[in-house]
Order: sequence, then C-alpha cells, then structure tokens
Amino acid sequence: MSQVDLAMEAVGTHTPEAHGAVMEERPFAIPSGKLVMWLFIISDACTFGALLFAYGYIRNSAADWPKVFESASIWNSLLMTFILVSTSLTVLFAVKAAQNEDRAGAFRWTMITAAGGVLFTLLHIREWMSLIRQGAGLLQNPWGAPMFGAAFFSITGLHMAHVIGGVIALTVVGLSYRAGRYATRHIEIWALYWHFVDLVWMFVVPLVYLLNMKR
Amino acid sequence: MSSTYIVYGAILLIAIVQVVVAITMGPSLWRMLLLAAIQAYLAVMFFMHLRDEKPSLRLALIPGTLFVLVMMNMIWADSFRLAVMKPFAK
Repeated sequence: MSQVDLAMEAVGTHTPEAHGAVMEERPFAIPSGKLVMWLFIISDACTFGALLFAYGYIRNSAADWPKVFESASIWNSLLMTFILVSTSLTVLFAVKAAQNEDRAGAFRWTMITAAGGVLFTLLHIREWMSLIRQGAGLLQNPWGAPMFGAAFFSITGLHMAHVIGGVIALTVVGLSYRAGRYATRHIEIWALYWHFVDLVWMFVVPLVYLLNMKR
Repeated sequence: MSSTYIVYGAILLIAIVQVVVAITMGPSLWRMLLLAAIQAYLAVMFFMHLRDEKPSLRLALIPGTLFVLVMMNMIWADSFRLAVMKPFAK
C-alpha cells in the first residue's frame, strides 16, 4: 500500500476531499502535463537558441557569406508565416471548443490546424527543392561560404521536424479526443506546443531569410 | 476572444513590417530582432496564455531561459576574432 493510500486510510475515506487533504498543492496551479510541456518548451527554446547563435557565429566570421534569397523566397516565407500564425488561431479555437465540451468542434479545429501544418511543410519543401536545384547542399553551394547550406538546412530542418511532429501529435490527440479517450487538457497541452513552433518561426524568418536577402 | 484577434492581427502586421523594413531600410539585425521579440512576447503572453498563469510560473520559466540565451552571447568574441584577427593577433 502506498504512502498516499495509508494517509487516506488514516483520514478514513477515499473521497476527493480526503485526497486533497493529504496531497500537496500543485506549485504552479497547472496540471503536471502542462508543466512538463512548459519545461520541454524552454529546453527546446534553448536548443533553437543555440542553433541560431551557431549560425550567427559562422555567418559573422565568414568573409563571403551568401545573400541568396530573392523576393520570391521572401514572399514565400511571408505566406508561410501567415499560415503558421493562422494555425495558432485555429488551435485556440480548438481549445475553446474543447473547454465548451464541443468534441466535434474541437476535432474539426484541430484537424484544420494539422492541415495548415501540412501546407506549411509543403511550402517549405518547395523552398528547399528550389535551393537544392540551384546547387545548394549541406556542405557546398555555388554562392560563397560552404557552411551556408549547413546552417540553413539544419535550422529550417529542425523547425520542419517540429512542425511534422506537431501535425502527427495534433492528429492523434484530435482523434483520441473525439473518441473520448483524451480530455480537454490534452488539447490545451498540444496547443501550447503548436504555439511554440509558431514562435520559433518568428525568429527564423528575420534571422535566416531576411538577413540573407538579395538586394 | 476579441484580444486574440487583435494579437493575431498585430503579429501578422509585424511580420509584414519586418519584410517592408528589410526591403526599404535594409535588414538590420537589431531591427529584425526587436520586431521578432515583440511578436514572441505577444505569442507567449496571449496565445500561450502565460499572462493568465500564476506569477510564480512566469518567474520559473522566463528568467532562466533568458539567462541561458544571454550567456550564449559569449561566442561573439571568438567569432569576431575569426573575422578580423585571422590568423591571430601578435
């Protein structure tokens, strides 16, 4: 028998009130799953921060850092921003619907968010293919410093991996929520993750695309 | 929910301003970072609802993260050495 069971037996009942009497309060008044997601988010923010600093390091120390992004790429990145920020809005609609016990609505908005993520990924792959066709690779490119490809593909690739992971997670959570296996908090937790993916993109666009814009 | 729409519009507007500024005035690192930081603040506080959480959660998350990110700035000295003092200053 666990310590908690022993304590509750001492209180004399297994009611939620008795349970509350022997359990500590949550330190931040949020479910443990949400706290874990916040902790993951700050650790991932440091990972992306380290990648962006590494990119800044090699960009600053390279004499011939290429500026390759033409206006088509810039407008494409703006369209991708619009899609990703809009999915942040749709995932908020999903959370709102889940909080109102509207399972069909929450499922619909979650799937719309995931579809936005797929569209974002397709646009990103198109951008990658355009650069690859021009001769850019991880360790070489026709324009200048060879590390440009390593920096660009690793930063945007890690972000794309997060988007794909988010699409899979949102699909699973949306389906499970509709089936009644998951609760509202699960939608809320994965909405947090999705907002974080959006947040990272807000730094990737100016630092990776706009600073390397052809003028 | 109305504040959500305002924040959504503001984030998109800042994204457009970033592109316009980069095209017209040149993509200055500090201008780009400042605009991105405003977008990030709006997203964290309003979309991720950190402003509605207990202050202790904000204190547990934000200063530590900022501290780590600020400490990463120590790389710049070596980066500038590579850029301007190559191979090594005598």
